Amino acid sequence: MSLTADDVRWVAHLARLEMSAPELETMARQLSSILDYVNQLQQVNTEGVEPLAHPLPIHNVFRDDVPAPCLTVDAALTNAPDRRGDFYAVPAVLD
Amino acid sequence: MIERSACELLADLANGNISSAALTDAYLEAIRLRESRVRAFLHVDEQGAREQAQAIDARRQRGEAVGALAGMPVAVKDVLCTAGQPTTCGSKILQSFVPPYDAHVITRLKEADAVLIGKTNMDEFAMGSSTENSAFQVTRNPWDLERIPGGSSGGSAAAVAAGEIPLALGSDTGGSIRQPASLCGIVGLKPTYGRVSRYGLIAFASSLDQVGPLAHEVRDAALLLEVIAGHDPRDSTSVAQPVPPYSKTIDQPVRPLTIGVAREYFSAGLDAEVEQSVRAALKVYESLGATIKEISLPNSPYAVAVYYLVATAEASSNLARYDGVHYGYRAREYANLIDMYSRSRGEGFGSEVKRRIMLGTYALSSGYKDAYYVKALKVRRLIKEDFDRAFASCDVMMGPTSPVPAFKIGERIDDPLAMYLVDIYTISCNLAGLPGISIPCGFTQAGLPIGLQILAPPFQEEKLLRVARMHERATDWHQRRPALPEAPAAASA
Repeated sequence: MSLTADDVRWVAHLARLEMSAPELETMARQLSSILDYVNQLQQVNTEGVEPLAHPLPIHNVFRDDVPAPCLTVDAALTNAPDRRGDFYAVPAVLD
Repeated sequence: MIERSACELLADLANGNISSAALTDAYLEAIRLRESRVRAFLHVDEQGAREQAQAIDARRQRGEAVGALAGMPVAVKDVLCTAGQPTTCGSKILQSFVPPYDAHVITRLKEADAVLIGKTNMDEFAMGSSTENSAFQVTRNPWDLERIPGGSSGGSAAAVAAGEIPLALGSDTGGSIRQPASLCGIVGLKPTYGRVSRYGLIAFASSLDQVGPLAHEVRDAALLLEVIAGHDPRDSTSVAQPVPPYSKTIDQPVRPLTIGVAREYFSAGLDAEVEQSVRAALKVYESLGATIKEISLPNSPYAVAVYYLVATAEASSNLARYDGVHYGYRAREYANLIDMYSRSRGEGFGSEVKRRIMLGTYALSSGYKDAYYVKALKVRRLIKEDFDRAFASCDVMMGPTSPVPAFKIGERIDDPLAMYLVDIYTISCNLAGLPGISIPCGFTQAGLPIGLQILAPPFQEEKLLRVARMHERATDWHQRRPALPEAPAAASA
């Protein structure tokens, strides 16, 4: 299975990853060979098999609905690249 | 003194033969002497370690009760959040990240009065099998400095093997504790999925990730597991089952013992010397009274393919959080918000991380999800059912941890698939959520370590450790040490 540079550009857009033209080319080649390898799964008969998302027999886990301590605003914002007061700062969303 | 096992050192600390300050200084000196060759650490907190050690010594002198690891230096993989200490995950995108909280296992180490000495190198976001994907440095195998230590917990494994630290924590998503342990000639254990809280473990693939110990000896690993295991309400997949006192029962042999050996684990591509050593280890168990039973895991040849869809799909979702807003790297130049995201991520992530995010995004994208992601989850169930069936007729399973000994730096880095296939024997354990351990079982003629992998049914770490200890007591592979600059003679307390 072979991915084109356009396929890879679209996936990079979905993943919000900027890549140079040479990077996209290498990526197309490497992803194609990995997809060739994983395509062996198509040989496996999985009719009637339920997908297994994780190995534990647990589903929803609830805690009591009571407030508990959490990070202060300052602690939560210490690593932010940019902040304004008590908020994360981002470039304008609307032009 | 630092060539001894953590359990022996703990006994000396308890009876006053050595002080934690002297022990910590001895390890800091070993790090100083050997790090220029091994390069296992990303961050060493010398002053903090000395202060912790002195505080524990003072408490002990006052006769206060102290924890299970009191005064023992421990290193942790840089994937674990440590409040106030750098936590980079081997990535440029987290180069200046200092977490505001401790991972659950870090809290447990502090409660046990361990001395936290620093953070170890790793493949970026734990994605890799050689530690070459670190954004910062290449760690070298202490047994041959031209070779990789394995990965992704290569820093932790190399630091223990080099005698720079007696105990370390790693994380294992597809073999990242067991494979470097094998390649560095030490013990590495991946607990059952849910046995150890993932709170504060920087996420790679959340249905597979698990934190575990690396050490010279099985009983040291048992003790460290005992400290970190157990329920934590902050991780909804952490299981509320009692933690047995692993270190207390470790010397009880398992009798009768039936060992399952899967023919699929001796497949094409297995190095002849590795196979020879693993077969010799099986003979050791036979001489101890064990019965070897051939079993089959018919779907295990698909494990690598399943893994590289499931793990990358989960990673593509988990790593969406690196957006240049909440923490981590933000590009300097950008046209708008979307451009800021794309450039920050494009500049901040290394090539293997990008490759996996791309593969996972593709596997989850509209039109491909059923053919790739959902298909992989179905085969994952078949792989787990193979294990359920096999464990009905044996206590544990054994085989090689890695199909090859440590390879040369640069040998596989340009061929992602060749690198992925190194994990062929370790991956299915994560897909099925089983506990697994790698223990030293021999060396190649060139002097490279070989590891034996032992797998057990879920939550049977106690049996797994006891079985591993049987081999350790009957052999001396775990006592060999690589030739590195001499560590200092320790000053006595």
